[in-house]
Amino acid sequence: MDFVYEAYDVAVIGAGHAGCEAALACARLGLETILFTISVESIAMMPCNPNIGGSSKGHLVREIDALGGEMGKNIDRTFIQSKMLNTSKGPAVHSLRAQADKALYSSTMRKTLENTDHLTIKQAEITDLIIEDGQIKGVKTDTGGIYPCRAAVLATGTYLRARCLCGEAVTYTGPNGLKAAGALSDSLRRLGIELVRFKTGTPARMDGRTIDTSKMVEQKGDRRIIPFSFTTDPDSIQKEQVSCWLTYTNEQTHQIIRDNLDRSPIYAGVIEGTGPRYCPSIEDKVVKFAGRDHHQVFLEPEGLYTNEMYVDGMSSSLPEDVQYRMYHTVPGLEHAKIVRHAYAIEYDCIPASQLRPTLEFKKIRGLYSGGQFNGSSGYEEAAAQGLIAGINAAMGLLGRQQLILRRSQAYIGVLIDDLVTKDIKEPYRMMTSRAEYRLFLRQDNADLRLTPIGHEIGLIDDERYEHFLEKKHMIEEEDKRVRSLMIGTGEPVQRFLREHGSQQTGKSLSLAELIRRPELSYDILKDLDPDRPSLPEAVTQQVEIGIKYEGYLVRQQKQVEKFHRMENKLIPEDIDYRQLHGLRIEAQQKLEKFRPLSIGQAGRIAGVTPADISVLLIHIMQINQEKAARAKAGKGDSGE
Amino acid sequence: MYEDDTIAAVSTGMTSSGIGIVRMSGRKAVEIADRVFSTPGGRTRLADVPSHTVHYGHVYDEGVPVDEVMACVMRAPRTYTREDVVEISCHGGIVVMRTLLAVLLKNGARLAQPGEFTKRAFLNGRIDLSQAEAVIDLINSSSRMAMDSSLRQLQGGLGKKIRQVRQEILDDTAYIEASLDDPEHISMEGYRQELLDHVKKEQGQLLALLHTARNGKIIREGIRTVIVGKPNAGKSSLMNLLLGSRRAIVTDIAGTTRDTLEESMLLDGIPLQIVDTAGIRRTDDLVEKIGVEKALEAAKDAQLILFAADSSLPLDENDREIARLLTGKKVVVLLNKSDLPQVIGPEDIKELIDAPVIPFSAAEGTGVRYLEKIVKEMFFSGSIDNNEQIYLSNERHQEAVSAALDSLMNAEKGIEEGIPEDLLTIDFMEACDQLGLITGQSVGEDLIDTIFSRFCMGK
Repeated sequence: MDFVYEAYDVAVIGAGHAGCEAALACARLGLETILFTISVESIAMMPCNPNIGGSSKGHLVREIDALGGEMGKNIDRTFIQSKMLNTSKGPAVHSLRAQADKALYSSTMRKTLENTDHLTIKQAEITDLIIEDGQIKGVKTDTGGIYPCRAAVLATGTYLRARCLCGEAVTYTGPNGLKAAGALSDSLRRLGIELVRFKTGTPARMDGRTIDTSKMVEQKGDRRIIPFSFTTDPDSIQKEQVSCWLTYTNEQTHQIIRDNLDRSPIYAGVIEGTGPRYCPSIEDKVVKFAGRDHHQVFLEPEGLYTNEMYVDGMSSSLPEDVQYRMYHTVPGLEHAKIVRHAYAIEYDCIPASQLRPTLEFKKIRGLYSGGQFNGSSGYEEAAAQGLIAGINAAMGLLGRQQLILRRSQAYIGVLIDDLVTKDIKEPYRMMTSRAEYRLFLRQDNADLRLTPIGHEIGLIDDERYEHFLEKKHMIEEEDKRVRSLMIGTGEPVQRFLREHGSQQTGKSLSLAELIRRPELSYDILKDLDPDRPSLPEAVTQQVEIGIKYEGYLVRQQKQVEKFHRMENKLIPEDIDYRQLHGLRIEAQQKLEKFRPLSIGQAGRIAGVTPADISVLLIHIMQINQEKAARAKAGKGDSGE
Repeated sequence: MYEDDTIAAVSTGMTSSGIGIVRMSGRKAVEIADRVFSTPGGRTRLADVPSHTVHYGHVYDEGVPVDEVMACVMRAPRTYTREDVVEISCHGGIVVMRTLLAVLLKNGARLAQPGEFTKRAFLNGRIDLSQAEAVIDLINSSSRMAMDSSLRQLQGGLGKKIRQVRQEILDDTAYIEASLDDPEHISMEGYRQELLDHVKKEQGQLLALLHTARNGKIIREGIRTVIVGKPNAGKSSLMNLLLGSRRAIVTDIAGTTRDTLEESMLLDGIPLQIVDTAGIRRTDDLVEKIGVEKALEAAKDAQLILFAADSSLPLDENDREIARLLTGKKVVVLLNKSDLPQVIGPEDIKELIDAPVIPFSAAEGTGVRYLEKIVKEMFFSGSIDNNEQIYLSNERHQEAVSAALDSLMNAEKGIEEGIPEDLLTIDFMEACDQLGLITGQSVGEDLIDTIFSRFCMGK
């Protein structure tokens, strides 16, 4: 029996990391929002690794925060260990990673959702989308509930037609034994949405009491904890941290794996889905890197109120008897009790080439999607897309300009552009090497890049924005000051330089010129700078980076300008590539498939050559001139 | 892709003709022209002249005159491309046009893609819409042609070599990137020294390629050769012998200066471009009138000088003067008239100048084989093999290899200064991009694939 509920502005399907951000963004912008989940207990669940952030993912979290998203705040409230990675490298690749108390992370996010106005949480499985005239009109649950809506965000993660594999054993469940969503896939196919099958996996969880950490190397958190959110006061989160533990596989482990490869669903050909290369199972590592006699394994606590430990580095889909023997060969795990076995999971997702860069479906107005459903992988990638899908669903309904972040603006821009412009063959993970302008896309300046946008959208309140402007002003003033402050050539200066192994100077240099020297820094130079104002570290850090890496930043700026020129050349929405004389067939097909917004985006599509782009430019020129001519003629007519 | 930078190309075709035109178009066309062009006395700057005017002067390469030219300045929008255009009319020798183009490229212009002037003309609304299809066909056909000729060059060892160097650079980049993405599994510890060694090795390989560019250029254009010697030393008979029946005359190119002639010939596979200084070849009595000075003038920018001396007469002031002026240049002394009674020998010449001396008889045609051997040693370290050696002969390719080398130099400096690895990869990727212009590979998925295939990443 169908029952029609009250109407909502936005329906969000799935309450994982993408769904939570999408729902919060819409509700916070004042839209009546309903969030569907198969199980309220699984809101913001972390079904795989127990951490947030890491290389380039930490950048995403900072960006989400700078735009007014929730992930950064939530992990700041629930972390149990924190570490800044890559500190021996340049500032652009410093990346924050925190171990989460999984249960607390999930329940804290749930509480935030529950206490947000305009947001309704509903436990139900969505089985159908209601579309009329190419526009989303509502969603339908498995029990016959119909929820009219004006926009919807699909964030189904790994639940669509999910099946889990552990050797020969196959169960038709979502992650962690939760119910899979079966019917929605068919509904999507009927609507003409193309689906593909991806796969990922997770390692076993061990009972921490049965692990012998004396055979492992302790991995501690940072002494000084740095928060993810720009709104979190660093002093407020300094606390006792838990440790992770490092151990290694060995020849014995690898032998057991090799002897049982025929029982792995992947190597036996049972798995149809494409798995990620960056997150290989232990059997993949042993096969692909046969020359290596050991691999690293990290034991990571899953929370403060559980003894379970996550075995990072040993995900697997081998049968449980093989897992049993394999894990026990690892030093420290000889007598470990396995709480949950490792498994591989297969699920339906979409080639995101069906989406605009706003994450709206090209074919269905008002329908957006984010997260693993779009072919990505990882909590942070999901949250980032969820936030953008939510913002754009809201902007669309409010009749305001939608948000497309550029590759030169944010990792989020790189992520979404890659997803909608490339043929993605495996779950997509953010990597720092994918960001060509990463020198600008630092985790330390995410607020400078994105907070004005977040404020404009309405997810950053005035108070936070004022605070941000103040910080920005301080950076500009201090930058000006150190660039104009001349330190002279007196004996104290020369002595100072000698003492710090720096070349003495014959002419008076500015403080900035000294900061630029590799052996010196803003901090070291305080003795030569007695009138230095007292400023927050977040301010002086920006000043120092801007000066120290100026040469590289200027070079990158030139690349960015070139990039923008191409991005600014827009392609008419109604262009018919099949009618364009001189385009190669392959280019026609690719352009038709992706329907890029700009010449820049067109140039990034694999299979489109520079000559194709030249041809395209000429046609666009022609189209625009004809349009202009028609407009002029039309105007003339109406005047008569 | 359309860019608003400044492009340059020879627009009269790379064939010898009386006059050649090198054309520049773009925002900085006039500025770049001013950097290399100077009117007599240097008072007029092209930046200050009215549009659509022509100016006489010289083009200089770092102070050295390249050619006597006319520069035509045409400002946007009344130009072919609707951008600022400067056309430099020079003498029509291939060598002059190439050199002039190279000077412009060195000063900030970019080598135009095939059909790019026309494309710009179209994109800037200069060409009628009805011609759009023709323009598209032009772009397609010229890009195909460029591709074809590139492919031909790449089928040999060159493509293989460049791909190999590029992959080596990419491997290092992948290592660094892998360590950035997964610092807990892949460590940079101790890698910097290894990296430095790799960079130096890669630089060496690119340098070697650029070196072959010089050889390639020699093979393509010939060694600029001048014959000098006092009157009646046998210059004209030497020239006639070299150009004579036994040798093939390749082309007859009108000269670089109005009153000289260039003759091209192959000396056992090595092309020589012999500059005939105002007619050494004319009549014997005219030869007598040519002063030593005139020949030496031409010798200034020659790559090879054949110094003819008369072995049947004692050395005189003329010989001594010539020898003095040729010090430090690549000289081969031809001790002519070995068929006559000998008055001086090689040791007498050796006292004047440190150069190989070949007994020679223009009349009997002896000594040519020895000359071939010496020239080969001088220019190709003894080895020249048109079939096997890899030559980097295409200007576009040279530009790319040279830019890649610059990037590696930056990277080396960065490694030595302790610049963080993630910044070094900017230079590495730039080097890969440049070499990719030749091989048609682009960094991107390429790098990601290398990372995954070589390094065991993640959990």
